Amino acid sequence: MLASLAALLSTTLRMATPLILASLGGMFSESSGVINIALEGIMLIGAFTAMAGSYFVGPWFGVLAAVIVGMLVALVHAIASITFRADQIVTATAINIFATGITGFLLRLIFGDAGQSPSVQDVGTWTLPGINKIPFIGDVIGTQIPFVYIALILVAVSYWVLFKTPFGLRLRSVGEHPAAADSVGINVFKMRYIAVIMSGFFAGLAGASLSVGLLDLFVKNMASGRGFIALAAMIFGKWTPHGALMAALLFGFADALQMLAQTLGLTFVPRQFLLMAPYILTILALAGVVGRSTPPAADGEPYIKEEV
Amino acid sequence: MVDKDISEKKANYLKSMKIFDYIIPILSVVAGLLVGAIFMKIIGADPIEAYKVLWSSSFGSMRGFSEMLVNTIPLIFTGLAVAFGFRIGLFNIGGDGQFLIAYLASAYIGFLFQLPMYFHLPLAVLAGILAGGVWGGFAGYLKATLGVHEVITTIMMNYIALYFVGYMASGPLKAQGGLPATPKIFDSAKLPRLMTGLRLHWGIFLAIGAAILIYYILWKTPLGYEVRATGQNSDAAEFGGINVAKNLMLAMFISGALAGLAGTSQALGLEYRAYQPFGFIGYGFTGIAVALVGKSHPLGVVLGALLFGVLARGAMMMQSMVGVPKEVVQIIQASIIIFVASEYIFKYLVRKWRERKGDVIDAS
Repeated sequence: MLASLAALLSTTLRMATPLILASLGGMFSESSGVINIALEGIMLIGAFTAMAGSYFVGPWFGVLAAVIVGMLVALVHAIASITFRADQIVTATAINIFATGITGFLLRLIFGDAGQSPSVQDVGTWTLPGINKIPFIGDVIGTQIPFVYIALILVAVSYWVLFKTPFGLRLRSVGEHPAAADSVGINVFKMRYIAVIMSGFFAGLAGASLSVGLLDLFVKNMASGRGFIALAAMIFGKWTPHGALMAALLFGFADALQMLAQTLGLTFVPRQFLLMAPYILTILALAGVVGRSTPPAADGEPYIKEEV
Repeated sequence: MVDKDISEKKANYLKSMKIFDYIIPILSVVAGLLVGAIFMKIIGADPIEAYKVLWSSSFGSMRGFSEMLVNTIPLIFTGLAVAFGFRIGLFNIGGDGQFLIAYLASAYIGFLFQLPMYFHLPLAVLAGILAGGVWGGFAGYLKATLGVHEVITTIMMNYIALYFVGYMASGPLKAQGGLPATPKIFDSAKLPRLMTGLRLHWGIFLAIGAAILIYYILWKTPLGYEVRATGQNSDAAEFGGINVAKNLMLAMFISGALAGLAGTSQALGLEYRAYQPFGFIGYGFTGIAVALVGKSHPLGVVLGALLFGVLARGAMMMQSMVGVPKEVVQIIQASIIIFVASEYIFKYLVRKWRERKGDVIDAS
């Protein structure tokens, strides 16, 4: 019983990892006032890039490539929505459609098969010496894919950056009141560019965690809504790293439970209900039923500098 | 006199900017096709040949033409849904969810009982309209009462719909047998086919009718006036006595109902039952592209839907006949959206150019 609970929690951590990473990305972007619903597409491109990188060079090269490509795609979103004031939702939608197209296109081009890539080398697992010996806890977190540890560390780092550094303060001020931030000499455009590119870093990493972490191959459309669940986790976590972590763990738990129920053939609750739980909870959170979530005040609004 | 001169210049300038409403979509489509051509070149295919195939796959045969229109029908609906939302300043990104809910609702009424056709078919259509409308309207309700961003709500509602319809079609409403789908609908609920042997169905009339109706609502009714006024400036509209909250809800209901009709025509015109979905077909997302290309005008939407209908129809043919992966169509689609959305670049450049000529000083 205890062993299967440990297995369930261990799976929860793994399933939550891409969500944690991507929701951190969304958080940076939205804290600065730019909505990024392109997380889904960037994740997908990141997943493909990591797989291809691993196929041609090695798994960690793949991770690096995924992060870089993720940042480049996010840069496109930044240029369009910050400099050219294109609608942030429209640009992101275009990126999401482009991501489906380009990954499918390249998959067919390089590997011939349209459904999935061949198996590539993944990043394996890390073991925390000492901790893995502790009963139960060791089973849950002692040995995991590296992305789990990376994600947990990045939560702490993000919290520190966002709430304990001048940079974080500036970032949040740009998202809450860009004109005021501008008047005290903060470069709104620069801050937003940095934040959106950071979201590409996180979403790219999240994508890599799918194709060379959770799995060892790329499957067409493998992000399958995780970018949007990450968005949900960010909202449910009230735009804070620790909140997003808890939300991602909750959503990951629902996912792990659903997988376990399917393996064991349990039908105590239809698996679709577990799958839709994150989305329902998020709407409830937004509606204020379970603790009101309020986005940054200038979220989604392009900043137009007043000419003097 | 000087003032008059400037305001006249400004009016002329704005008039000349208006032309961009027509030019930008066309330029964007051309640019999108060029991007597609570049990708074809990369893999060593001949873009001219591919685009010839694209054209002939829709216009080369009666069957191709019918299939193209079958692709166009749902896009007219979802394009109108997004366009109507845009008019009031809402972004309905939930077309795929509204599609699925209506798809299930129409199929449900279709197989539930047998009735005379003149009663059954309208009832099944109405079920889809209501289901899609309520699904979309809920986002409008949250927006109007609590200020929750409709983009987030509709995204979440998409996935709830995906799993809910999946559950119903593979669970409580599943037909006997192995197929994860509802029972077949009765003939009396089917949208008739236009010609035997072709899949084109009456949904095309529904779609064109919807486009005309939306045009009428937007420009010939008080509701349309209020919707447009709210979209232009919701504070001013509120100040002018328009009940913005009520209109937001109503507009999202109408938008959802329109997207729902896409699902209805899929169930009643093509598949004759509701299958468990394994993902989104993406009509809702393509509807965004359609609305953008069509500049949120019903006629533009119909033309945009035709364009994307042709692209969807040609995708498979380009793959099988000239070896261009069918995903290239998604790349073209994304490029077109980016180009249309970046109209600010065009306008920015034109303004700079005119400023240099000393034509107009300020027209923001």
